[in-house]
Formats: sequence, structure tokens, C-alpha cells
Amino acid sequence: MTTFLAFLTSGLVVGCIYALTATGLVVTYMTSGIFNFAHGAIGMIAAFVYWQVAIGWGWPTPIALFVTLFIVAPLMGAVIERLLIRPIRGASVDLAIVITLALLLLLIGVASVIWKGTAVRIVPPFFAGHQVQIGSLSVTYHQVVVVVVAIIVAVSLKLLFSRTRIGIAMRGVVDDPDLAAMAGASPARVQQLSWALGASLAGLAGILLAPLVNLDILTLTLLVINGYAAALVGRLRSLPLTAAGAIALGLMINAAKIYGPDAGRIWQPLADVIRDNQAVIPMAFLFVMLVTLPSARLRSGSLIGPPSPQPAALTSALIWGGVLIAFVAIAAPHLSSSNIVTGSKALIFALTLLSLVLLTGYGGQVSLCQLTFVGLGSYAMGAWGGGSLLGVVAAILLAAAAGAAVALPTLRLRGLYLALATFAFASALDLVFFNQVFGTGGSFAVERLQLPGIPTESGQAYITLLAVVFVLCSLLVLAVRRGRYGRQLAALNDSPAACATLGVNINVTKLAVFAVSAGMAGFAGALFGGLRGQVGPNDFVALASLTLLLVLRVGGINTVSGALFGGAVMASFPMLQEHVPSNWPLAYLLTGIAAVSIGRDPNGLGGRIAELAERLRANRSGPPADRLRASQRGDDLELEEVRLVGVAG
Amino acid sequence: MSASQAEPPIVEPSDDDVPVLSVEDVTVRFGGVQAVSSANITAYAGHITGLIGPNGAGKTTTFNVITGLEKPTEGRIVVEGRDVSRLSPYRRARLGMARTFQRLEVFGSLTTRENVLAAAEFRRAWSHDKSDPREVTDEILERVGLQSVAELRVESLPTGLARLVELGRALATRPRLLLLDEPGSGLDNTETEALGDLLLDLAQEGMAILLVEHDVDLVMRICDRIHVLDFGKVIAVGTTAEVQADPVVQAAYLGADVEGAA
Repeated sequence: MTTFLAFLTSGLVVGCIYALTATGLVVTYMTSGIFNFAHGAIGMIAAFVYWQVAIGWGWPTPIALFVTLFIVAPLMGAVIERLLIRPIRGASVDLAIVITLALLLLLIGVASVIWKGTAVRIVPPFFAGHQVQIGSLSVTYHQVVVVVVAIIVAVSLKLLFSRTRIGIAMRGVVDDPDLAAMAGASPARVQQLSWALGASLAGLAGILLAPLVNLDILTLTLLVINGYAAALVGRLRSLPLTAAGAIALGLMINAAKIYGPDAGRIWQPLADVIRDNQAVIPMAFLFVMLVTLPSARLRSGSLIGPPSPQPAALTSALIWGGVLIAFVAIAAPHLSSSNIVTGSKALIFALTLLSLVLLTGYGGQVSLCQLTFVGLGSYAMGAWGGGSLLGVVAAILLAAAAGAAVALPTLRLRGLYLALATFAFASALDLVFFNQVFGTGGSFAVERLQLPGIPTESGQAYITLLAVVFVLCSLLVLAVRRGRYGRQLAALNDSPAACATLGVNINVTKLAVFAVSAGMAGFAGALFGGLRGQVGPNDFVALASLTLLLVLRVGGINTVSGALFGGAVMASFPMLQEHVPSNWPLAYLLTGIAAVSIGRDPNGLGGRIAELAERLRANRSGPPADRLRASQRGDDLELEEVRLVGVAG
Repeated sequence: MSASQAEPPIVEPSDDDVPVLSVEDVTVRFGGVQAVSSANITAYAGHITGLIGPNGAGKTTTFNVITGLEKPTEGRIVVEGRDVSRLSPYRRARLGMARTFQRLEVFGSLTTRENVLAAAEFRRAWSHDKSDPREVTDEILERVGLQSVAELRVESLPTGLARLVELGRALATRPRLLLLDEPGSGLDNTETEALGDLLLDLAQEGMAILLVEHDVDLVMRICDRIHVLDFGKVIAVGTTAEVQADPVVQAAYLGADVEGAA
């Protein structure tokens, strides 16, 4: 009984903390329509600021709390809203995902720079050492504080949204921004306020949680997944349901801890599995919630945004591919072995990014677990492949199957949910599977691919093989883009609604492209394992998948050159890292900065290069038809111009 | 003439008894708002049926319900005698239903030709008709009059032409039932006339066409029967002459303009 009550108490306490963070997430989502992937990171920063003020500088606790929760956190929220969120109002879901992911990486980077990882930091519980005895159950003051704070916040929010002018304006902005604006509420100001409020709630959750877990950058940042899961219970709208979901999640996680060891004979095997994998309970919960969500209405296409670049013509792609292979083959003998490894990694990353070009650039779907597929590919090659071609096939099939399994529950939902599902999948495999199969230290042997008659043993031979593989896959992707399936993908990307009314089974198409893309990443994984000889869980951490997506976004998400650029960048991070202090996570800092600045252009650098090339070509052969694009649709004069060009061209 | 009367004298097309499409007692509620209330609409093979009414009367919502993009709160959709209410949009399309959109849903990153070609390829994939999509595309581009802009990306086209692209795309699936949502807006007089001729030809070939259009002249010229929607209700059904003469319709929508035109 005491065990049960203790479980109930600790579950309730953790649930209350999840409720605080999830509530903040929902408040920002409701008013801005932007799902903040960096919500946990904001809470993490606030917790560190609190530690700095209260412990580092030794200020009194109340003052430290005030400074953190009422000055630093809201200011952070307001500044983020002003600089990053307001400029992308009304933009596509993909862009919002990219920007908040970039913010997540950036905040991790900043925290690592300010608070070096070596020092031990402990946030003591509130009223440490004090506890109340209720019967046989002892409850710490900290636990009491958490529950009381959660209740106070819930009541305050209820009052805010029902009684105050500004709270009602916040709700109004959700329902109809234009109407709210006419009624005198500035949507921008209301949105800013809600981000400030959301940041404070994230900070509160971070500060209350820090004493219960470690004051650790990643732990607190990834807390956001628990928040997502809870927020989904409330369908990203209802605060009471969100809170209920959070508490249910808290109880579940604790149930696994308490009831794991003595579940009774029948349930023991199941309980063991749950206990061993309790870290993934939030992700499992999130998946279950996704499955229960009602289908989304089909998104209507939009004509907003710059046109995507034309895919390269096959002849020029052949020429450039040949140039790349020749360059690699000629340069390889002159490179040091470490440079060959870096170059090989660049090509493997480029192949991985190519799978994202297909999925995200052409197919319009977001994956935040592409590196996880790479990891699965490495695993398949190591476990079953033994360097054979069959191993490559196994790698592709395993990753494709995993991809289909992840995508399946979310196909009928909006893009945001696919992003959530893939992020949860990446985190789950990161926490459990890779650690178990690769060993925590990380030395899982993977043999290099051996081909009859083609040398692969030496670094030079292998990098040449990688270049050939990359070029062949690029040609394949380009051929797909220019062919029937490419038209179908472009059509699906431009208007899912129109595709459906033309007889296309959208879900099957989406599933197919997701599985193919995952399979390509798995292929890259088989090659990656062979390059390294051994792999470990650190090679496939969940956050690195975010970096991959952002790097590609900067390089150009719908171009092969963007993938090559991104691959080179990804591979050169470790080299650059040698020149800066180890607590400066360059991959996160640079990617974050680049993505929030250049990432707004969906075509990225690759798109700009393609545009430049097109302009140069056009200058040689008359003005491009695009020049006469109708700026005002339906204008008769411009209609005439377009027709003339059409006739003349 | 008005629907409130016990037996609205519906003009039955003589050559075909079973309507290709019948919308039966369909009601759509969005929260507290009733966008469509117990609407009954029919469309017959070989005829152009008009669906008119002021903005917000529920015309586009009706189209969304027919094509399956929106679920009706009540009522059912019957196509050639078969209840399709529970079918997803793509299955309905495969039964021979195609549409255009009032708010453009073109494949903007593709050229005009590719828009039509994609639709023809979709049809080839799901139907037994294995005719060459490229030939189908050429034929449709010519028929709709889009050859001059065939190689331009559709996102660079003005609205009127983009609407024609949607029409061409819909035709590429060889529908038996065609739903057109304001195909004439953005077109000049000559183009509107050509569009009218094309639609009459299509009907002549046996297609059932349901037309939502604000251009009253076009509607009066090519439609055999007209349904008038107002505040989600079908307030009148009849021939063009009957609808024009209906006092309820005149009060609700057409007004003096029509009397002048007629």
C-alpha cells in the first residue's frame, strides 16, 4: 500500500511538471500556430540561469526565482517571438519546424558554451530535507511545492483566459486573428505575450524538474517530448486535457519503476520489458496518441513562396557526376588517410541527405530520424551482412521497414505530426535500441562491403566506390524527379487535395516515398559501418538527425548539390571542432545560426546556385519567361505578355 | 418553384432517368454554423447543371462534400445509383468524378503540360484505360486552348489560365461527372465564350457537368437546369427561364440585372 501511495505521489509530482511544460507548449501553439520544438530547450536555459543565480552567485532563492521566471524567461520568449516567430507568421509548417529546431540546437549550443560540461551542478530541491508524514507515506516539501505550484498555475491560467482582457484577446487571436485585430487586440503583441508566458512555464517546469533529474542540457531539452505527448492528449488545444494527459504520463512512468520487479507471474515478462525500456514510455505514449488523433482535412496547396529550382538535366548531371568521380579518384592517392576518411564521411552524409532531398525536398514530408535509419543500416550490415551485397539489401530493407512503421500512423495527419513521430522514434532508438545492440561504449563491428572484382579494402578504393554510389543514387533521384513518380511527388507537394480528387491514393504514395527514402538512408548506413569498421550509439544520436535536416535546408533541400554541400559540411564539423574549445558544439551552433538566417529560403544555397546558373543560361538565349511572371494574378495585360512569350518561345 | 412548395417541378432530362449525381438531404455544420442545410441537387448525363447563389451560400462546401474532402453532418451522396458517402476522395475520383477548385489547387511547380500529364498518368495507373498519357495530354491541351502556355510553370500563369489548367487536368481523368467551381473568373469575354462552347461540347458527348459560376450570362447561356443556393438552402430548382422568373430567386440573388439581361 505504501509502495502504491509512493508511486502515486511521485507519479503525480512528475506529471504536474510535465503538465506545466505541456501547458506552455499549448499556449504558444494556440496563439501563434507554431509548434515550438525548442520549448524544452527554453526550460533548460531557464533552469541553468536559475542555478547560476541561486547557486552560482548565491542569491536568495526568492530573488533567483523572480529573476528567472519573471525577467529572464519571459524576455527570452518575447525576443524569440520577435526575431524568429513573427517574421514567419503564416508561412508553411515545414518552415516553422525548421526554425524552432534550429532554435533548439542553438540554445543547446549556447548553454554548452556558457555552462561547461565538466562542472557538477546540482539544483537542490525546495526546502531540502523537510518532509511531511502522512500515515506511512512520507512526502517531501519539494513534492508538495510542485503540486501546489501546478494548481496555482492552473487556476491562474483559467482566470487569465476567462476573466482578463488580454487572456480573452489571446483566445480571440486563436479563433480569428483579423477579428481580434478589429476588436483592438494586436495579434503580434498577444502572440509575443503568449511566447513570454510559454517560456516562463517552460522555465518553471525546468526548475522544478532539475532537482529530480540531473541538471543536464540534453535531459531537460528532451523533456519536451513528454510535453508533446501530453499536449497531444489535449489535441494541442485543450489545457485541462493536456494537464490530465501529463499526469497520466507521469503515473505511467512511475508505475513502470515501481511495478517492474514484482508484477505477478503472468505479467512479469511484460513488466520486465517495460522496466527495461521505461525511457521510451513517453515516446510510446506519443505514438499511441498520434494513432488516436482524427484524420486531418487535406491541406490545400498554396502558391506562396519562391518557385523550386528545376531539377538538373540528365546530361549535365551525368557530366558533373563524372567530374566528381574523376576528381575523387585522382585526388584520393594524394590525400592523407584522415582526409580520406573525412571525404568518405562527406559522401556518406551526402547520400543520407540525398534520401532527405527525395523525402522532404520532393515529397514535402519531414523526417527527424534519418540518422536513425542510417544506424539501422549499419546494424543490419554488421549483424547479418558480413560485408556481402546481401548485407546491403538487408540494411535497405530494415531501414525501409522501420520507415514505413514510423510513417504509417501519421500519414493521415498533418506534417507536424510526422515530424513529432519521427523525433520520438529517433529519441527512443537513441535511448534504448542503439545502446543495447551497439553497447554503451560503442564498438559494434561492421564489415566493409566486398564486391567481386572491385577493390574496396583500401581507403582510396573505398572513397572512389562511395563517389560512384553517390553519383548513381543522385542520377536515380534526378530521374525519378523528372519522371512520372517525380511529377506525382511534386503534385502531392503542391496540392494533396487536388491529387486526391484526381484519384491518387495519397497515403500509399506518402508511405512509399518514406520507405524508399529510409531505405536509401539504410544503404548509407551499411556504407558508413564499413568505412568505420565499428560503430557505436554516439554515431546516431537523435539530435544529429536535426542537424542533418537543417544543414540540408541551408544547402538547398530540393537539390542534389544541396545534399553534396550538406555532406561536406557535416563531415567537416569534427575538423573545425579541433580549432575551438571542446565545449563549443560547432555542429549545433553553426547549423542553428545558418538555419535561422538562410533556412527561411526553402531553396537554400543550392537553389540560389541553380537560379544563378539558369539566369546565366538565359542571358545567352534571350530573357527568361519567368521575368514576365504575373505579379498580379488575373491582370489582362500580363496575361497577354505571358501568351506572347509562350507563342514566341 | 421554390423548394418550400410540396412538389418542385424538376425538369427531368428526357434522355436519361437516373441522375449521374444526386446530393440527398445533405447538411453540413461547422460548429454552430450551418453551411449547407438539407440540400438536394441532381446532375444528369449530357446536361450542364448550374449551381448559383451569393457568396457564402455553400456552393464550394457542397462541392467538397460531393468529392469527399468534407464530411456531411447528414445526408448522402449518390453517384450513378451508388452511395459513395463513405468513400474517400480518391475512390470517388476513380468512379469518374473530377473537379476544379475555386481557390486554385494547381500543381504550381509543374508546367501546364505536366499538370495535365500527371492527371492522365494518374488515370492510367488506376483505370483499365491504358491509352498513352502523352497523347491524351496533347489532345486536351489543344481542346482547352492551352498549347501556347504548355511549357510554362503554372505558378507563373494568371488566374484565368490557371483555372483552365485545372479544367484540363480534370478532363485528363476522363470523368463522367465534372464539377466546375467558377471556371470563368479571370477570363475575358472571348475566352468565356470559348469556355462555354467547350462545356457545351463536353455535355454533348455525354458528360454530366455541375457548374458553380458567378457570370450569370454564361450560366444562362449553357445551363439546362439551375439550382439556386442561399444560406445553405436550395431555394429554387428549374430551367433557366423558370429560375429567372422566380420571385424568390430575384429577391434573394439575381435582382434587376437578370430582368435587364432577359
